[in-house]
Amino acid sequence: MALSTSSNFAKPDDACRAIVEAHRGLNDEQSADLDAALVLILANHIGDLDVLKEAIALAARRMLDAGQQQQQQQQ
Amino acid sequence: MALTKTQFGYRRHPDQDRAGANVAEHAIVVVGAGPVGLSLAIDLAQRGQSVVLLDDADRIGEGSRAICFSKRSLEFWDRLGIGQRMIDKGVVWSVGKIFHGDSQLYQFNLLPEEGHKRPAFINLQQFYAEAYLVDRVEELSEIDLRWRNKVTGLEPHNDHVVLSIETPDGPYRLSAQYVIACDGARSSLRRMVGAEFSGQVFEDQFLIADVKMTAAFPTERWFWFDPPFHAGRSALLHKQPDDIWRIDLQLSRDADPAVEKLPENVRPRIARMLGHDKFDFEWISLYKFQCRRMNKFIHGRVIFAGDAAHQVSPFGARGANSGLEDAENLAWKLDRVLRGISPEALLESYHIERSAAADENIRESTRSTDFMAPNSHQEARLRKAVLSLARETEFGKRMVNAGRLSTPSIYETPLSTADSDSWRGGPRPGASMPDAPVAGRTGEPMYLTDAFIGAGTGFTLLEFSNGAAPELPEEIATVRIGGKGGLADSAGLAARRYDAEPGTAYLLRPDGYVAARFRHPTRAALDAALARAAGHN
Repeated sequence: MALSTSSNFAKPDDACRAIVEAHRGLNDEQSADLDAALVLILANHIGDLDVLKEAIALAARRMLDAGQQQQQQQQ
Repeated sequence: MALTKTQFGYRRHPDQDRAGANVAEHAIVVVGAGPVGLSLAIDLAQRGQSVVLLDDADRIGEGSRAICFSKRSLEFWDRLGIGQRMIDKGVVWSVGKIFHGDSQLYQFNLLPEEGHKRPAFINLQQFYAEAYLVDRVEELSEIDLRWRNKVTGLEPHNDHVVLSIETPDGPYRLSAQYVIACDGARSSLRRMVGAEFSGQVFEDQFLIADVKMTAAFPTERWFWFDPPFHAGRSALLHKQPDDIWRIDLQLSRDADPAVEKLPENVRPRIARMLGHDKFDFEWISLYKFQCRRMNKFIHGRVIFAGDAAHQVSPFGARGANSGLEDAENLAWKLDRVLRGISPEALLESYHIERSAAADENIRESTRSTDFMAPNSHQEARLRKAVLSLARETEFGKRMVNAGRLSTPSIYETPLSTADSDSWRGGPRPGASMPDAPVAGRTGEPMYLTDAFIGAGTGFTLLEFSNGAAPELPEEIATVRIGGKGGLADSAGLAARRYDAEPGTAYLLRPDGYVAARFRHPTRAALDAALARAAGHN
């Protein structure tokens, strides 16, 4: 099984909204705690190390992109 | 306190009287009389090899040091004739409990099934294990154990090594076809061959204390994250023989070792943990550790084993146990090469198999250490999430890592013959043999591991009888289950653990690892598998 990046929710806005609302009223520290727990719960639900690694790589590309943008701005 | 000899006398050996270039020549010199060197020497001696065993000290190390010896190590020691003595003295355990704060998160059982001769682990002070091994060495005339013989120089040649040795009577030299370096984490032989020993250094400090007390705690491994008596850090409590308890406390990275080690500073901390202060200190030590290994375990005619070759964190009982696995892996190969019945290339499989095992041990123990001592805020945050999820979920419990305890590696090795039949279970080639209860010819209860020892020190075919007796290559011994004269598998556990049907056969290496398995072995297939396992390919 490969990581699915096609849209899986019938109503993607509802999913996004649910996550946003979970963070409402939390400070940064609490939000980070919530995310950590959520990541572990979802990772276990996926239960496939290859998919998880693909997901991590996809997520980590943001850090790379952000770094490159910063470099370009500095130039 | 049991009487054990811990002090040994230096004796002058005639080898020391030889002059100049006329050095004594030996087949095997083992350097270091710790658990690994002693066990290796015994295994080699039982195969008929003469061994010179050198140690720079004249006494068995103090303090408990290693305390957990695994099922696999006990099965090896059974082959060396001293397993029962270790068991009789040791504290048998298989249950571990993990606490977070003041409540229990979960418990695990490392050997949840019946029908194994040996338990998952015993706890035994290393000095007892060493003393029993020395007793066994003294029964074997093939072993020449020389205390206060310190190797100071090493001169490699193509087919031998010349060692310079310092003794109370002055220096002498001797020559060996093979030198096995079991001289510990600070191996001087490793330095002499110029090998790198690189890896990860951990800054976390741990305090180890062995205390003597009579206590009603059960014989289980108890591990705490963030306990009330040691806020924010981890703690371990484990029982040893003679009413000695091992306590391991994580300290902060910047703690001052000299201050932390003072008994007046250790005592209140442990008193808080135990709820009383009726205990005496046997041993206190502060340690940091590294996880590292040599790139190559074999340097010409010098072969490294145990801590000399690889070092891990102490969480998971992977230090002494992996060293003993090195010894059982090397002994039969070296014996065959010296007898000329296997090519020298067989030794290369020692490096392949045991360096992969070292990588696995380093990986596992590094993960445990990182979980116990997170390296960043985010690592600490993830750990907090795991510990908190563990209260409510099964998967959270399984992610808590308080030391994954040592189990034998499965070797990916050129000595194995790949499966060509279909299997639903059982040990695959490269795995160690599982035990099972069986009954002998007169109905006497015994174990498969006993039958394996009884079959000799060579290759063994474990057959599940279908009435036919396949013709075997001469050097293969047989353990037959079922049929006329075979062992009875009345509980059916042997058949189940080996996924066996009538006709199934496992070719076991001399160290008890599976070399090949067949539903219906043919002579040609057995010949080929034997040749491969003996290093002829």
